[in-house]
Amino acid sequence: MLTFIIRRFLQIIPVMIGVTLAVFLMMHLIPGDPAQIMAGERADEAQVEQMRENLGLNDPLHEQYLRYVGNAIQGDLGTSIRTNRPVVNEIFDSRIWITIELAFWGTVLAVIFGLIAGIISATRKYSFADVSLMIVALFGMSMPNFWLGIMLIYFFSVNLGWFPIVGWESWKHMVLPVITIGSGGAAIIARMTRSSMLEVLDNDYIRTAHAKGVSERLVVYKHALRNALIPVVTVVGLQFGTLLGGAVITETVFAVNGIGRLVVDAIKARDFPMVQGAILVCAVAFVLVNFLVDIAYRLINKRIDLN
Amino acid sequence: MSKSNNNILEVKNLCTSFFTDEGEVKAVDGVDFFIEKGKTVGIVGESGSGKSITSLSILRLIQEPAGKIVNGEIIFKGENLLEKSKKEMRAIRGNNISMIFQEPMTSLNPTMTCGEQIAESIRIHQKLSRKEAKEKAIEMLKLVGIPSPEKRVKQYPFELSGGMRQRVMIAIALACNPELLIADEPTTALDVTIQAQILDLIRKLQKELGTSLMIITHDLGVVAEMCETVAVMYCGKIVEYADVKTILTNPKHPYTIGLLNSVPRHDQHYEGDLPVIKGSVPSPFNLPKGCRFATRCPHARDICHNQLPELKTMDDGNQVRCWIHTDVWEKQEEEVASNS
Amino acid sequence: MSKQPLLEVKNLKQYFPIKGGVLGRTVNHVKAVDDISFEVYEGETVSIVGESGCGKSTTGRAILRLDEPTAGEVNFDGEDLLSLNKSKMREKRKDLQIIFQDPYASLNPRQTVGQIIEEVLKIQNIGTSSKDRREKIISLLETVGIGAHQVDRYPHEFSGGQRQRIGIARALSVNPKLIICDEAVSALDVSIQAQVLNLLKELQRKFQLTYLFISHDLGVVRHISDRIIVMYLGKVVEISDTQSLFENPQHPYTRALLSAIPSMNFEEEKRERIILTGDVPSPIDPPKGCRFHTRCPYKMERCAIEEPVLNSVSDGQRVACHLVEKGAVDYTKIPVNS
Ligand SMILES: Nc1ncnc2c1ncn2[C@@H]1O[C@H](COP(=O)(O)OP(=O)(O)OP(=O)(O)O)[C@@H](O)[C@H]1O
Ligand SMILES: Nc1ncnc2c1ncn2[C@@H]1O[C@H](COP(=O)(O)OP(=O)(O)OP(=O)(O)O)[C@@H](O)[C@H]1O
Ligand code: SF4
Ligand code: SF4
Ligand SMILES: [Mg+2]
Ligand SMILES: [Mg+2]
Repeated sequence: MLTFIIRRFLQIIPVMIGVTLAVFLMMHLIPGDPAQIMAGERADEAQVEQMRENLGLNDPLHEQYLRYVGNAIQGDLGTSIRTNRPVVNEIFDSRIWITIELAFWGTVLAVIFGLIAGIISATRKYSFADVSLMIVALFGMSMPNFWLGIMLIYFFSVNLGWFPIVGWESWKHMVLPVITIGSGGAAIIARMTRSSMLEVLDNDYIRTAHAKGVSERLVVYKHALRNALIPVVTVVGLQFGTLLGGAVITETVFAVNGIGRLVVDAIKARDFPMVQGAILVCAVAFVLVNFLVDIAYRLINKRIDLN
Repeated sequence: MSKSNNNILEVKNLCTSFFTDEGEVKAVDGVDFFIEKGKTVGIVGESGSGKSITSLSILRLIQEPAGKIVNGEIIFKGENLLEKSKKEMRAIRGNNISMIFQEPMTSLNPTMTCGEQIAESIRIHQKLSRKEAKEKAIEMLKLVGIPSPEKRVKQYPFELSGGMRQRVMIAIALACNPELLIADEPTTALDVTIQAQILDLIRKLQKELGTSLMIITHDLGVVAEMCETVAVMYCGKIVEYADVKTILTNPKHPYTIGLLNSVPRHDQHYEGDLPVIKGSVPSPFNLPKGCRFATRCPHARDICHNQLPELKTMDDGNQVRCWIHTDVWEKQEEEVASNS
Repeated sequence: MSKQPLLEVKNLKQYFPIKGGVLGRTVNHVKAVDDISFEVYEGETVSIVGESGCGKSTTGRAILRLDEPTAGEVNFDGEDLLSLNKSKMREKRKDLQIIFQDPYASLNPRQTVGQIIEEVLKIQNIGTSSKDRREKIISLLETVGIGAHQVDRYPHEFSGGQRQRIGIARALSVNPKLIICDEAVSALDVSIQAQVLNLLKELQRKFQLTYLFISHDLGVVRHISDRIIVMYLGKVVEISDTQSLFENPQHPYTRALLSAIPSMNFEEEKRERIILTGDVPSPIDPPKGCRFHTRCPYKMERCAIEEPVLNSVSDGQRVACHLVEKGAVDYTKIPVNS
């Protein structure tokens, strides 16, 4: 297991190099002169040149990159152009925690509802419950986040007045955004759990369990579920990445001040260091979550450890 | 062959069908047999002849709604299992009747340790504590001849070889000291040297514990070594039911004879071709109207193609399903002789 | 036996690397086939037997270069196959065909039987026109007992035995000299197995075929083989003509293998049975000395140190065991270790 963790951790290194490289090059690949953009449209030639010098844009590309990575490791992601505060502070002071909260509860919702729906469907194959759940799941998967968000606001906040429309203060504020962000994942996990569960229920060892006199309930929850979860865990990990993407839209719809909204605002303001920093942080979070998911996967699926 | 009160199991007119898009498959079609206390019955036959479905039907493990026991009685110690509730059935499975399956690779749960899997049935049926069940599990592993059982209880099935896994399956099956053990091809997936170990083990434990045994196999060598009585199945029906010696040395049914002749044997010298049974098993959707073996039988006559023979009990108590062994056949012969 | 063998395998080794450790380097090898040599003469059937994992299939695959062998020589018809380049090897494949255990998995379900065989004919440039090829296909299928009216059917429309016949027809289509049958009849019911075995024998007579027959079923092997190779853990332990092997096996492993087979013979009194204890050791770290010494009932001190070599014990019987280094022995007179 330890070997596996170390090996898996080492695999992160090339991924991180790729991510930082991509984020770094983003600055250079977008049309226009970054120095010009950062100095502002009204800046004159000298000011732009000064900006270029300040940003180190005259150095060879690889030096710039190494410097960028070096700084990033020390927690320096540059200074926001818009607010003139360090990017790291902008992100970590409050924004990211809100997003993490949102993503966390979104994942919890997706996993709980997805698993329950998937198990119900699989154990009652082709029943009314199964068919209706899977139709709902199909809708859940194909419904765009912004649309679902607006619909939820319209019904529950505007019409029924059960929840506040925007903001992020009490649990009441969280309900609708979490549903919005988690529904897609719940749908995917439900479908995945169903198919995985059906496959597992067809296995010889399920027949063995029945032959031992194990009750229907225990066969499902003790013998089948654990094996059925193996592919589902991978999906949960991938789902987290989609969730981060969904955060941008959800936060915008519900006017939540998370990192998603920060990115949107930064793009609008052409606040490059801010955009870069936020994307980098999200990418790192994604990579780390997948690392944890892989370890969880091995813990459930002991067989892989051997190879 | 025996008085009924000495029978641990009596299967009467068992019919199990699968309902597929293409139609009904009568996988088991009117099977009768019994197992005497402490004895071993073998079931042999071609692939698809209904051996496994017969055994699964006994424990009512047929997956509904695709498959269904449509008729018959399964009398276990005087009570019809088909009339039991689901809960009563669960109390019997793994406790009074246990089963071992063919594939030791896939028949154990990959995410549970061997110990957990053995202890589970002990806990269900004997209501022992977790700790007591674990101790019993170690004891069972010792019983089936697994070295250092204290270490093995904590291992997962993938950490064991095929032979060891089958030992674990046997340990699970015997954990609650069942009165009847059903073994569906228990050694088919194993190497001969491991097969010899496992058969030896089953025989030894059967003697020790007095378990009755029903063994399903396609290997007539295994039958010879393990069984007292043998049922030969063909297309969902028993075609011959006799003591093992008769089956192997003096079989009556043309299918049994053909089967016996077509086995290449390691203890016999060969010149020339093997005797064969021509053709192949008819499709379950297109079974012959009369005797199911008529399409392949070298003796088939008109009556065979048109009318299904009954399973007839002979003077020695053995049973055969073939027109040859009825008066009709001789009569026809006389007619043919007198006509010419 | 002065004639030139059709197939000569010399010091063949097939090691599969095992990756491991933090960096995924090769940490060890599965020594699946470890330095084996044997010959196959034209027109004969040589069988390889042994327990699961002893390297039977690996040997077959290595001869055809389906895996690239680690070391050794495979001389076929006077040419070393292992030194041929890719295109030369492809040409040679025409002379060497293989039939597998699972007839269904080795036939493309979306092609009709006719198309399956035609594909092979095309690859090997056999037949000038499609009409010509069609005739050839029909005659091939008839040879293996499948009627002309079934040419345009798909594999799933055939029974297991018929599919195996189709596999045989496909192998025959290129007029091979040697056919490797890897558990070719193992998945079939006995009644069908007998039909296919007879067919293989008939085709051998008709086309002077040579078979390398891989099987774990010693009954089948006794019926079909002229000579038999017994393998244990990647090594050849005994090579013998069929009769001597079954009537007077000389390697302790061969003896155990034969005695483990349940016998249908009812008249015969109960045989003294050798039940081997334990499992086959791993081919990753095989036992030193004689590989069988961990389970051998006749193990001596030197067996754990010194590796026995194949040694002729009688005409046509070679055995790798210290016990018989001076010639055949009478096992009934040798005490068994407990
Ligand atoms: N789930 C199913 N749906 C439809 N038909 C089935 C199903 N399971 C089994 N059958 C059919 O029932 C018949 C009997 O099957 P069974 O498994 O009892 O054969 P068997 O004698 O055990 O053969 P084998 O030696 O191959 O194990 C076969 O014709 C098979 O096709
Ligand atoms: N591609 C491979 N990579 C690693 N190991 C392999 C590979 N192919 C085979 N082996 C190993 O080599 C050994 C010999 O395998 P092989 O398939 O030749 O056995 P076999 O004698 O044909 O057995 P069986 O009777 O089960 O078919 C086994 O231990 C197997 O696990
Ligand atoms: S009844 Fe007729 S066809 Fe059937 S086995 Fe007897 S002789 Fe053959
Ligand atoms: S060399 Fe020794 S250990 Fe090996 S088979 Fe012969 S007697 Fe047994
Ligand atoms: Mg079966
Ligand atoms: Mg093989």
